[in-house]
Amino acid sequence: MSSEIRRKPRIAVFKFASCDGCQLSLLDAEDELLGVAAALDIAYFPEASRAMGKGPYDIGLVEGSITTHHDAQRIQEVRRQCKTLIAIGACATAGGIQALRNWKDVDEFIRIVYATPKYINTLKLSTPIAEHVPVDFELRGCPINKYQLIELITATLAGRKPNVPTYSVCLECKRQSNVCIAVAQGVACLGPVTQAGCGALCPSFDRGCYGCFGPMESPNTGSLSNQLRALGQNNAEITRAFRSFNAWAWQFRKASEESGRT
Amino acid sequence: MSKQPIRTIKVDVLARVEGEGALYVKLKGDQVQEVKLKIYEPPRFFEAFLRGRHFSEVPDIVARICGICPIAYQMSAVHAMEDAFGVKVGGQLRALRRLIYCGEWIESHTLHVYMLHAPDFLGYQDAIQMARDHPGVVQRGLQLKKAGNAIVTLLGGREIHPINVRVGGFYKLPERRELAALAERLKWARDAALDTVRWVAKLPFPDFERDYVFVALRHPNEYPFNEGRLVSNRGLDIPISEYDANFTEEHVQHSNALHSALKQHGAYLVGPLARYSLNSDRLSPLAREAAREAGLASVCRNPFQSIIVRSVEIVYACDEALRIIEHYEPPEKPTVDIHPRAATGYGCTEAPRGILYHRYRLDDGGTILDAQIVPPTSQNQKTIEQDLGQFVPKFMNLPEAELRWQCEQAVRNYDPCISCATHFLRLEIERA
Repeated sequence: MSSEIRRKPRIAVFKFASCDGCQLSLLDAEDELLGVAAALDIAYFPEASRAMGKGPYDIGLVEGSITTHHDAQRIQEVRRQCKTLIAIGACATAGGIQALRNWKDVDEFIRIVYATPKYINTLKLSTPIAEHVPVDFELRGCPINKYQLIELITATLAGRKPNVPTYSVCLECKRQSNVCIAVAQGVACLGPVTQAGCGALCPSFDRGCYGCFGPMESPNTGSLSNQLRALGQNNAEITRAFRSFNAWAWQFRKASEESGRT
Repeated sequence: MSKQPIRTIKVDVLARVEGEGALYVKLKGDQVQEVKLKIYEPPRFFEAFLRGRHFSEVPDIVARICGICPIAYQMSAVHAMEDAFGVKVGGQLRALRRLIYCGEWIESHTLHVYMLHAPDFLGYQDAIQMARDHPGVVQRGLQLKKAGNAIVTLLGGREIHPINVRVGGFYKLPERRELAALAERLKWARDAALDTVRWVAKLPFPDFERDYVFVALRHPNEYPFNEGRLVSNRGLDIPISEYDANFTEEHVQHSNALHSALKQHGAYLVGPLARYSLNSDRLSPLAREAAREAGLASVCRNPFQSIIVRSVEIVYACDEALRIIEHYEPPEKPTVDIHPRAATGYGCTEAPRGILYHRYRLDDGGTILDAQIVPPTSQNQKTIEQDLGQFVPKFMNLPEAELRWQCEQAVRNYDPCISCATHFLRLEIERA
C-alpha cells in the first residue's frame, strides 16, 4: 500500500447510453480542470484524450444507462477495473430519459424506427448502473452539478464522506428566500419530492421544478400528486410529470403508475 | 494481375469526439476499397417517446439529446412549434435567443478548437498534455469557453440543459445590469478570440481540398443562427418546410445514425465550413477582417482549416453578443401568448456543427403526434467517409501510426457529435 500512496490516483471516465453532458461537466469546470489534472492521472477519458491507459483504475466515473447486451457485459468489466465506481447523472443512476421505453414494447419501436431492424441490437429496458453491478456512489442530476462532482472526487481521494445533501429542492428555495411558486402562483412544482443539488434553479427562474435531480431521500409523492390535482392537473399530466429524466427511479416510477391507475 | 496486399486502418474507439464511434478503412494496393465511420453508440429513441408529450415539455426533453449543444435542440424545437402555431417571436425576445445561441457557439467551438482539435496539429494526446508546454494557450481556451458558458448560464440558468427556454420566449428575462456585467467579460473574450484566430492560422495544414456541396441557412442580413432559407453552392434555395422534399435519409448497417443525402447531389457538408463559405459576406467587419488576416478566402474547402473558421465564428459570436447586449431593452413580458392548434411545424437552426432540422405534427391540444429530427452529424457522415476515401491515398506513405492519427484528425475536422447523430433515428420510414 505505502508504495502506492505516492503515485497519483488514476481516474477513468466511461460512457454508456447518454448525451455526454455529465462527463462534459468535468471539462466545464474551467477553473478547476488543470488542478484536477495535476492531482489525478486522467488515465482513460476518450472524449478528452487519445491516450487510453489500461486499468485498473482507482476511480471510475460512469455516465449513461445500460441499453444493449454488449453494454451489460462491458459494465461488468468496468466494475472489475475500478476500485471505486461512481455513477454520474440521471442516465447512470435512474436509466435516463431513454427509460421511457420501459413502458413500451421495444420490439415494436425497433420495427417502426428502422428500415432494417436486424441491424439493431437493444435491450427491452434502459436501466441504471446499480441494477448491474455494485456502485460506490450515485451522483444525481440531469445534468450533474459540476461542483458536486469535484466535491465527490475530492472526498473519495481523502477517504471521507462526500457532502452531497439528499434533502429536497424546497430547502434550497427557502435558503435563497424564493417565494414558493406553488403556493403563491399555483405553479405545478416537483420541488418537494426532488433532491437538492441544482440550487433551486427552476423556481428561481419563475417555473416549477421538473425533477431532474430525481427523488429526494423520503419523497411523499402521493401527497404531491394530490397537490398537483388540486392545482388542476389531470392524471395523464401527473404521470408525465413523474416520467421524465428520472422516470425509472422507483419512487417516481411508482408515483407515475399510481396516477396512471386512478 | 499481381496480387496486391490488403491493408486496413482501424481505430476502435475514436477519441476526442462526443459519443461512441470507430473508424475502418480497407485498402488494396493504393486503392481505398472501403471506408466506414462506424457509429455504435446505442440508439435512445427520442422521436419515439416524444409522441404523446405536450409541446411545452419538448424544449426540455430534446435538450437531452446533446449535452454539448442543448441550445441548438431547444431553438430548433421552439421555432418548429411556433411555426405550427402561427406565432412569431420578434424584437428583444428574438435578440435574446440569438444571444444565448452566441454563448453556445463560443462554448462548443472553443471546446473543439482548444481541447479536441488543436492537440492533433501539435502532436499531443490531449489538451492537458498540451497545457504542460503551452499553459497560457490552454488557460486562454478555458477562460474563453467559460465566457461562452457564462452567457448560457445567465440566460438559461445553467450551461448544460438550460431551463429557461420555452415555446414563445423565456420563463424569466435578464436585467440590463446583469447583461452589462457580462459585457465586460465578453470584451476580454472577443480579444481572446482574435488571438485564437491568429494562433490557429499558424498551425500546419495538410494540402487537401475538395469541391464540397455546402448546405447552410442564409438570412437576408444576418450571419445565420435561428432563421433563414436553406441554400447550397449548387443552386438549392428553399424554405425549411421543403427540407423533406429535397433530402433523404438511409439506414446503413455500420451506423446507428441514419445517413443523409441531397436527392440531387448525394453527400453534402454542413457546419462551419459550409456556413462560412455561403455567408462570409454576413460576418461583422471585425470577424471578416480576422478571417482575411488569417488568410481565409471567402470560401474555404480545406476541412482541416475548419479550426480557423470555428475561431472566426467565435470572434463573430462575441462581437454579436456584445452588439445585442448594447441594444438590450427588457421587453414587457418574457413570452408571447401561445395557442396550440392542429398543425405541422418546421424548424431549422445552425447548431455549432451545422443545420439541425426539426419537424413536429401536433394535435389541437398541443400534443406531439410525430416528430422528426435530423442532426448535423448524420448529415455529414457520408462526406466524412468520402474525405477519408480521398485523403488516405494521398498520404498512404506515412508510417502506420501517423496515418491512423491523420485519419482520426480528418474525422475530428467535423467535430462529430455521435451522441446527437444516434439519438435521432427517424421513426417513420414510410408514410401512407
